[in-house]
Amino acid sequence: MRTPQTRSYSGVPRWVYLPAGVGVLLVVLPLVAMMVRLDWSRFGELITSQSSFEAFRLSLQTSFASMLICLVLGVPLAMVLARGSFPGQQLVRSVVLLPLVLPPVVGGIALLYTFGRRGLLAPVMNVFGVSIAFSTAAVVLAQTFVALPFLVVSLEGTLRTVGQRYEVVAATLGATPSTVLRKITLPLVLPGLASAAVLSFARALGEFGATITFAGSMQGITRTMPLEIYLQSVSDPDAAIALSLVLVVVAVLVTVVTAKIAERSMV
Amino acid sequence: MSLQFAAKLAGRKFDAEIEVGAGERVAILGHNGSGKSTLLNILAGTLRPDSGVATLDGKRLFELGARRRYWSPPHTRGIALLAQDPLLFPHLRVIDNVAFGPRVSGSTRTAAYAKAEKWLDEVGVAEFAGRKPSQLSGGQAQRVAIARALAAEPKLLLLDEPMAALDVSVAPLLRRVLGRVLKEQAAMVVTHDLLDALLLSERIIVMDQGKVAESGATDEVLRHPRTRFTARIAGLNLIRGDYADGSVIDGRGLAVEGSVRDGEAPTAGSRAAAVFSPAAVSIFLEPPGGSPRNNLRVTIAELEPRGDLVRVRSDDHRGHFISADITLRSVAGLDLYPGREVTYSIKAAEVTIYAI
Repeated sequence: MRTPQTRSYSGVPRWVYLPAGVGVLLVVLPLVAMMVRLDWSRFGELITSQSSFEAFRLSLQTSFASMLICLVLGVPLAMVLARGSFPGQQLVRSVVLLPLVLPPVVGGIALLYTFGRRGLLAPVMNVFGVSIAFSTAAVVLAQTFVALPFLVVSLEGTLRTVGQRYEVVAATLGATPSTVLRKITLPLVLPGLASAAVLSFARALGEFGATITFAGSMQGITRTMPLEIYLQSVSDPDAAIALSLVLVVVAVLVTVVTAKIAERSMV
Repeated sequence: MSLQFAAKLAGRKFDAEIEVGAGERVAILGHNGSGKSTLLNILAGTLRPDSGVATLDGKRLFELGARRRYWSPPHTRGIALLAQDPLLFPHLRVIDNVAFGPRVSGSTRTAAYAKAEKWLDEVGVAEFAGRKPSQLSGGQAQRVAIARALAAEPKLLLLDEPMAALDVSVAPLLRRVLGRVLKEQAAMVVTHDLLDALLLSERIIVMDQGKVAESGATDEVLRHPRTRFTARIAGLNLIRGDYADGSVIDGRGLAVEGSVRDGEAPTAGSRAAAVFSPAAVSIFLEPPGGSPRNNLRVTIAELEPRGDLVRVRSDDHRGHFISADITLRSVAGLDLYPGREVTYSIKAAEVTIYAI
């Protein structure tokens, strides 16, 4: 049910609607342009080609893997940043959030000189016979690198909003810190955690710069959707548009799901 | 429960020493910022003092000195905290909230839920067991919070102004519930409300600027307050006894008739307290007639001027000292002096009776 429009004072000057409208157009117009330009008769054929299909599958798989790693590493990180207190906490936060503002291609270079064949960790990795660069694992690593701060920032905010009062009550009722985490903290932040995970998934799905620098572009192994689209935009623009539209649909789905989760957590 | 506590926390100008004997329930009074909450938080283990040492029932809670650094985490202390806000876990049903304490301390599921049902019944909200906390009113939620705290079977229950956030119409009911369930529970209640102190404690600790300003038996502190803060809220007359037919009758034969304002009347023969302000007491040289009054023959013990008024403390020959506030002019007009026998007269309508 829609809440009835109220006519209460909003305090927004009328002229503000003009730049706001321009903002909406800036986002909507390119999407419309893409749909206008698309050759709809070939749409099905374009998105089901071998290379498109493989790129899509790879993107979903690697983004899902990145999301899982983000959860495993990011939840503890957000907890430590939101609840803990240790020297250099502010510095750690800044460093963890660095990939948010860093150009992804720089992240890719950094990863290359860490995990690459002549990277910092190469001697160790050679001992174990592992090679990461230019493999699917490199894709996952690059995507995790850029997506992790999204999950951490979002979850840290949720943890701070929920506060510690319930945790204190649980502790005085005799619950150990691990029990408090499992029975109180995690259930309370679950909606926020879910939307943070979706957000990190979406960020991983869209990653281009770090992937192409660190993982390269090999069909079926490291060529994810954004890389495939970039490649096609030169050789077959129609295919690039069709694939782009698929990603737009995925993005819309992600937005709707996150909004639904947020809505439910308000109740 | 016996508690020895001493702690200093410079950041909050807190420096207090407290000792509570076995079976004593304690009320903590004081202005905002007097250190009451700091005391509770240090006891619960959520705030660490600079130095100090505390033991509860012979078990060390913390010892922070030059040589020893011991600090036990909150979940090992057996000290539960009930705040103004019920803080029921919003994602759990009422019954799961109450069963939480027993469950995390190792009870089986069956035993924990049996205990939860028992306590919900005890505080009178058993019918809400299956609801979510968001479906409860403030008073109901606070009763569930009480049940949850008690189901954890704490060695010591800390209550931080448990009635402060509630509607005035709900507070009396909750006060009665607390009065009943705390009978067997070692408890420390922080309150602004004299009545809570009266009904829920045997001992009062008055805090001021982070220090213990006064400490003693509840009746004693309220009758003869030594600090200005206690004097302002205290000085009420209080008769404890058994309820019978609109009156409280104490073991020494004193009967005070009054009215029950808060909720239902105590049942005949149950414990009750009659409370009235010294200003409600009139003094006559001869017993007056007229409207229903409590008339007591007393002997004046002392006269204490307080501004325009004089507080007259008198002995009723049955072991009670009852205060009356009358004007200077009346003292002169009636020619009152210590040792003189007079009649205290209190309108029944000015006496409030509480079940305890």
